[in-house]
Amino acid sequence: MQKLLLLGDEAIAQGGIDAGISGIFAYPGTPSTEITEYVQNSREASGKGIRAIWSANEKTAMETALGMSYAGKRAMACMKHVGLNVAADPFINSAMTGANGGLIVVSADDPSMHSSQNEQDSRFYGKFAMIPVLEPSNQQEAYDMVYYGYELSEKLGFPVMMRITTRLAHSRAVVIRKAPKAQNQLKLPENIKQFILLPVFARKRYKILLENQVAFEKAGEESGFNRYFDAEDKSLGIIACGIAYNYLLENYHEGKVPYPILKICQYPVPKRLIRRIYEENNELLVLEEGYPMIEEMLKGILNIGKEVHGRLDGTLPRDGELNPNLVGKALGKQQEDIMDIPEFVKGRPPKLCDGCGHIDAFLAINEAMNGYSKGRVFSDIGCYTLSALKPLESINSCVDMGASITMAIGAADAGLVPAVAAIGDSTFTHSGITGLLDAVNSKSPITVFILDNLTTAMTGGQNSLAFGKIEEICKGLGVKEEHIRVITPLRKHHEENIKLIKEELEYNDVSVIIPRRECIQTLNKRMRAKHKPKTE
Amino acid sequence: MKKDIILAGVGGQGILSIAATISIAAMDADLYLRQAEVHGMSQRGGAVQSHLRLSSENIFSDLITQGKADMIIAIEPMEALRYLNVLSKNGWVITNTNPVINISDYPDIDDILNEIKKVPHHVALNADQIAKDLGSPKSANIVILGAASPHLAIDFSILENAIRKIFDKKGEKIVRLNLDALNAGKEFSKKYNNKQS
Ligand SMILES: Cc1ncc(C[n+]2csc(CCOP(=O)(O)OP(=O)(O)O)c2C)c(N)n1
Repeated sequence: MQKLLLLGDEAIAQGGIDAGISGIFAYPGTPSTEITEYVQNSREASGKGIRAIWSANEKTAMETALGMSYAGKRAMACMKHVGLNVAADPFINSAMTGANGGLIVVSADDPSMHSSQNEQDSRFYGKFAMIPVLEPSNQQEAYDMVYYGYELSEKLGFPVMMRITTRLAHSRAVVIRKAPKAQNQLKLPENIKQFILLPVFARKRYKILLENQVAFEKAGEESGFNRYFDAEDKSLGIIACGIAYNYLLENYHEGKVPYPILKICQYPVPKRLIRRIYEENNELLVLEEGYPMIEEMLKGILNIGKEVHGRLDGTLPRDGELNPNLVGKALGKQQEDIMDIPEFVKGRPPKLCDGCGHIDAFLAINEAMNGYSKGRVFSDIGCYTLSALKPLESINSCVDMGASITMAIGAADAGLVPAVAAIGDSTFTHSGITGLLDAVNSKSPITVFILDNLTTAMTGGQNSLAFGKIEEICKGLGVKEEHIRVITPLRKHHEENIKLIKEELEYNDVSVIIPRRECIQTLNKRMRAKHKPKTE
Repeated sequence: MKKDIILAGVGGQGILSIAATISIAAMDADLYLRQAEVHGMSQRGGAVQSHLRLSSENIFSDLITQGKADMIIAIEPMEALRYLNVLSKNGWVITNTNPVINISDYPDIDDILNEIKKVPHHVALNADQIAKDLGSPKSANIVILGAASPHLAIDFSILENAIRKIFDKKGEKIVRLNLDALNAGKEFSKKYNNKQS
């Protein structure tokens, strides 16, 4: 079969295409973005009519995928880990309804917080929802698991979660494809009431979910993704989950580990195999990328069994992603002698691009707010969050998408008037609209900046669903038309922009200011595409 | 055969094109391959790096173990030094000498170059200048790749083929310019090491 060089994300996407998905729905977020982008750019996928859509947010993406599953077709929803918080309601309840067409939910975790505000471990969500979770250890497995995952989802009648982390998402390897499958036909659930979670039906569905736990665990024993590798030296048994397995093998010549290993890549945890590794070895070491989930289960509250080493006893760090060195140290392996990095090497943090409109917007905001005490700017998540750093140091919060407007309302209610919110265009349609409605209804004395660079810049320039609609949305929510004001964040408009901002800060009700200028990156991309030489 | 390579630079400089070229060449040479990239936030002018691993044997980890890399290929000199702890004592540093100064506390460039010259095996070149002289200022990254090519253990013709594949869509002229850049880097590297030894 065909060999492809793919990122982990792309392997998942190709797996979906080959497994016969009819749609993939997502909101961008590092490190998950490339899954949907791959399907969007795949000629094969568009030839097959596969929908590949940026939804308004993760919740709407999850629900759209669930609707497609209801109609009997295979669907995928993708998001970064914190996106699953947004989609948590439909996600948890999809375990209650079950799936009709195969449904896979991909959640991409970011241990070490390369591009995120926390390092939550999505496996807990899988456990919380009580559905099967697949955690690939490499790109080929990611592909194979998606292919398998749709079979599993349809056989069991439940959604399946796939959990990956940054390293796998953004690392390339060769993947061998399987034979592509046709898409499912439209076919409603046999029990047409299955998806109605009225208590009277929901109680039945919950019992079905509980009864299926045994089948979920059995699936993990039969699929081959959980495997026991026996070895001579029983002084230590090692449980290695997902990509931690690779770091373990990396530490031994040709991957020949002298200790028994239980490789776990499918959940619920395989109890029979865990019992075996516990009973046959003197001590245990647990290697998990993310939270010490299995380690904690093994230790329990009392920690009275055999010694269990891992992130909780300091054998491995409690936070951050694993790597071959950390795992080597945990195994007591001799570390290489290393060269020192000269002390004068300075950090080079990310920053707003030269020519970015956000810079001019914040220069004006900073100056207009000079007359007020500090600490009033509630911000959100996007490129503009970089205005927290030197030299701008403009903002005072960044919590979760949409939180700027609502936190400003709360602070204003507490007496911090005026309070300011700064939110990007894509973040506004993601989850700022509802907050703005709250502000209008409570006549909150806040000034909301909707920083419109006409794109979703931070994640690489996906279409922004707010495009061309922001003023109408604000008007529709009830913001007074004369207090919806558009400015052009450019050096030459600096003075007039400051004046306008000051006016709105004085206004004792909701005002919206929209600094609008195209993102310099998408502008450059557009120009390059325009001047590209024609190929015949 | 095993080559563990760190690619280093500043977001936007084109380390991913180097990675893609070597990766295609490695596939053509029937090698196992892993390539870990950095996407997301740090691409905005921050430090970026990629771990590229080639081997005739199966590769397990996406990340290279500290002190075991065979080579650092850097498009920016301070970025070359940032990963010295990953380089093996016998490893090579192939680096551009032209700094990207986008932070206020950028160190003295002479300190940086001195430190690079302390690495026993290194090639330091002003790739931006060489690329400019070739009439292709955007090909500095490929000049660097050319300078690394004698130490990659992949046939030069396979690398040339990979360049053709990568730049094919952009037209024959761009392919030509990048092949020239690759060659210029290689020639520089050969002379440089003759001079050094
Ligand atoms: C719930 C959630 N989903 C996705 C992300 C990833 N994310 C961070 S910023 C951003 C884009 C924001 O775009 P926009 O608001 O238009 O600001 P810009 O980056 O264009 O300035 C995304 C998708 C996140 N942090 N949280």
